[in-house]
Amino acid sequence: MTDVAVSRPTTRVQARPAGFVVDLFSVAQRAVRQIPREPASVIPALIVPIFFYVLNIGALSKVTGAAAHIDFKSFELPVAVVFAVTGVSRASALVTDIQNGYFDRLTITPVRRLPLLLGLMMADLALVMALAVPVLLVGLGLGVHFRTGVPGMALFVVLSGIWGLVFTGLPYAIALKTGNPGAVNASFVLFFPITFLSTTFVPKAALEGWLRTVATYNPMTYILAGLRALVSQSWSVPTFTAVGDAVLAVGAFGLVSISLALLALRGRVRRP
Amino acid sequence: MEDPAIATEDIARQFGDYWAVAGVDLSIASGEIYGFLGPNGAGKSTLVRMLCTLLRPTRGRGLVAGYDVAKQPELVRLQIGVALQDAALDDRQTGRELLDLQARLYGLRRHDRLARVAQVLTLVDIGDAIDRQIHTYSGGMKRRLDLAAALIHDPQILFLDEPTTGLDPESRAAVWTEVRALQRQRGTTIFLTTQYLEEADELADRVGIISRGRLVAEGTPEALKRTVGTDVIVAKVGEMPAAAVDAVRAVAGVEEVVCRGDELMVHAGDGAAAMSPVAVALHGSGTRVLSLTLRTPTLDDVFLQLTGAHLQADEANTEGAATDGHGGVTTSGADGHGPDGAGHVPAAATGARGDRR
Repeated sequence: MTDVAVSRPTTRVQARPAGFVVDLFSVAQRAVRQIPREPASVIPALIVPIFFYVLNIGALSKVTGAAAHIDFKSFELPVAVVFAVTGVSRASALVTDIQNGYFDRLTITPVRRLPLLLGLMMADLALVMALAVPVLLVGLGLGVHFRTGVPGMALFVVLSGIWGLVFTGLPYAIALKTGNPGAVNASFVLFFPITFLSTTFVPKAALEGWLRTVATYNPMTYILAGLRALVSQSWSVPTFTAVGDAVLAVGAFGLVSISLALLALRGRVRRP
Repeated sequence: MEDPAIATEDIARQFGDYWAVAGVDLSIASGEIYGFLGPNGAGKSTLVRMLCTLLRPTRGRGLVAGYDVAKQPELVRLQIGVALQDAALDDRQTGRELLDLQARLYGLRRHDRLARVAQVLTLVDIGDAIDRQIHTYSGGMKRRLDLAAALIHDPQILFLDEPTTGLDPESRAAVWTEVRALQRQRGTTIFLTTQYLEEADELADRVGIISRGRLVAEGTPEALKRTVGTDVIVAKVGEMPAAAVDAVRAVAGVEEVVCRGDELMVHAGDGAAAMSPVAVALHGSGTRVLSLTLRTPTLDDVFLQLTGAHLQADEANTEGAATDGHGGVTTSGADGHGPDGAGHVPAAATGARGDRR
């Protein structure tokens, strides 16, 4: 063995596990910081729902509003917000990390594995809630009145944000499982049946046949109903019931989507 | 004697039917720079990935800083810094943000983080670019930032997987300087894989040569080169008449003649003395000599002697390697370890890469 003459330093910093909370916030902070640096990934998520909200109101307000006896601007506002918050995630950035080896670099550190995913989701939650607000403001600007007042508005944003968060479980599961950007982009197709096979444009009572059956089992139906109740109804038992159903729907969907994402994370970080 | 910083016992890794690492024993002292030299596909990166806990060994054992890489990966990770083959960075962060995040994940407190970022930036000169987003960096700057990230928690042991591949000579020299400084100033143990002979020669206290997943030689660069033992006269010729080899072989002092493509490699104990007679012999055999060079043995000669292939040569030349049959180099079973337990090794995994320098 070769003897090597070195002058050893007297002190070294002591590397140690940082702890779950520090890991979580460190990963989340990095993810949040990336968002304004990639405006192309955020701007469409803001413009598209506002565009369709205004378009739908212009095109369908008189017909649907009169036929269903509803204020179509209020009826469609939850749809616009759901459009804004659904499918927005850092899953593509995660795939980039996997492909360029940065994910490996992170896993060589003492970071706990769960924050590698939850940190991204935390950033997503902040982003989707931030996206919900301008859409909400457009609605207010067009004359939508929240009968549940400011608390209802706040709950509206939080519930929308949590929905957006649980939906990210699907693209994250795909990202972690495949490490393939194409597959992650393709996950957006899940958005369409979940969003449109529901009470997106008309109340459930107006749906017929198979679409009504599908809408009955689609969690989006209950999420929209809960959000609409916060807009159009005052605080009452039916409102609480509708919001409760929405929370249950979000929870059930989240149980599946987040479980899939966690399973994919476990597979990804398990050393082959 | 102090426990080795890195030790392996028959460590091996199999992918399907292919043994990327087919049983390697290593013992690397604390504070040593160990150069792991081999061509693409020889198993260097696979071994590094096992030692830095990214891959599980299929068999055998690896100890890093005294911890078992398979059973105590969390403890191993606290002791090591790793710069993998491709600079693994997040292009949308600034260099400083990346280093700060890295330091946070190693549990460094704010005061230590600031101090360490300043220290590694002294060692790895990136200049004002440290506050720019990484996608604006050159390849050399990314490599240096990658190295800085690997050093942020002041690891005892540093793994550098081909740290200078793809770098221009100036950036390469800068990395070399940084690696030397690390050893000298911090006493860091450095495990360096490379396919560049001069890198191993310049930096490493000891060199391990890997071929087909097996360690075929180990020692100081000087000791390894001494095993070849002779000076080498390289004659580049226009054509290679059979008479040329016989004529040169007959020269007094010539020990071995290897014909490789359009080159004749003449091994002689005293190359300077043999130079003129070799030139005369070539001329006498009617060979048109384009150039005649005398050099001392390199690690490439060691690799050639051990494996029958050149570490750094173009594909055609490697395929054209041959021997004079004088008890020198052969191309089969030449690794000194008998038949390779790895079974079939893809040619691409063992041959020299055509685009190498």
